[in-house]
Amino acid sequence: MKATVTVMLKQGVLDPQGEAVRHALGTLGFEGVEGVRQGKVIELDLAEGTSEADVTSMCEKLLANTVIESYRVEMG
Amino acid sequence: MRAAVVTFPGSNCDRDLAVAFEAAGFAVDRVWHKDTELPSGVDIVGLPGGFSHGDYLRCGAIAARAPIMKSVAEFAQSGGHVLGICNGFQVLLETGLLPGALMRNAGLKFLCKPVTLKVENADSAFTSEYAAGNETIFPIAHHDGNFTADAATLDQLEGEGRVAFRYAENPNGSARDIAGILSENRRVLGLMPHPERAIDPVTGNTDGAAMFKALSASLVAA
Repeated sequence: MKATVTVMLKQGVLDPQGEAVRHALGTLGFEGVEGVRQGKVIELDLAEGTSEADVTSMCEKLLANTVIESYRVEMG
Repeated sequence: MRAAVVTFPGSNCDRDLAVAFEAAGFAVDRVWHKDTELPSGVDIVGLPGGFSHGDYLRCGAIAARAPIMKSVAEFAQSGGHVLGICNGFQVLLETGLLPGALMRNAGLKFLCKPVTLKVENADSAFTSEYAAGNETIFPIAHHDGNFTADAATLDQLEGEGRVAFRYAENPNGSARDIAGILSENRRVLGLMPHPERAIDPVTGNTDGAAMFKALSASLVAA
């Protein structure tokens, strides 16, 4: 079974990398990109029976830094 | 006096930190990240700069979960002194021994240059050889030194006098120009600039030597 964890900077935390990407898109002529937030996607290959609570615990203990990041878990 | 300097895979200031402790009169034990116990009789633990585990996931995130860090956390929680410099500061934040986080520099560039710091708190074992309000120059060398915390945490750090150093000119976007912070008991210091790279006249600047001198004086007295 698989789980996908999406880690993003929390709303309100400035994202200088996302801002640089937004600027570069404007330079390429893409108009109307009003904001870019950059995060990461972590795919986990899990033994059968691993629960969403287990994956949440992984997020809390390692995968996300909850001081600045939020995370979302999708099972399957 | 004994200092333990931890080496993680990718640490690159561990030797410099050991030399700085030795120059101030410490006997230094070099400790590997997979060790599970600090040597007995250690007075201070140093977490060095570098790129532990290639900065994978987040700077310091994997090092913070290394086997030795449980022992380092227990040492700090029982009143031991810990000095985390650059990547070592990132490890201290990821371990939760200090509050906040370090993000990518606001200008997105790796910065490697001397910076002027203002000493904010000279009332700690690390800073007692400096005078509050004075300026000192340490080198910086980092890509992720943009100190971030929520407003309540920043207010608390300032209110409790736990900001040890501020940048005179903010190089990286750090909240409230913060370059280094102390724990509640003033015995854990994390900072981005490198005092251990400023101890020898051969390299042009000796402003960092006072930190190791201060540690030597206060830990010998303790």
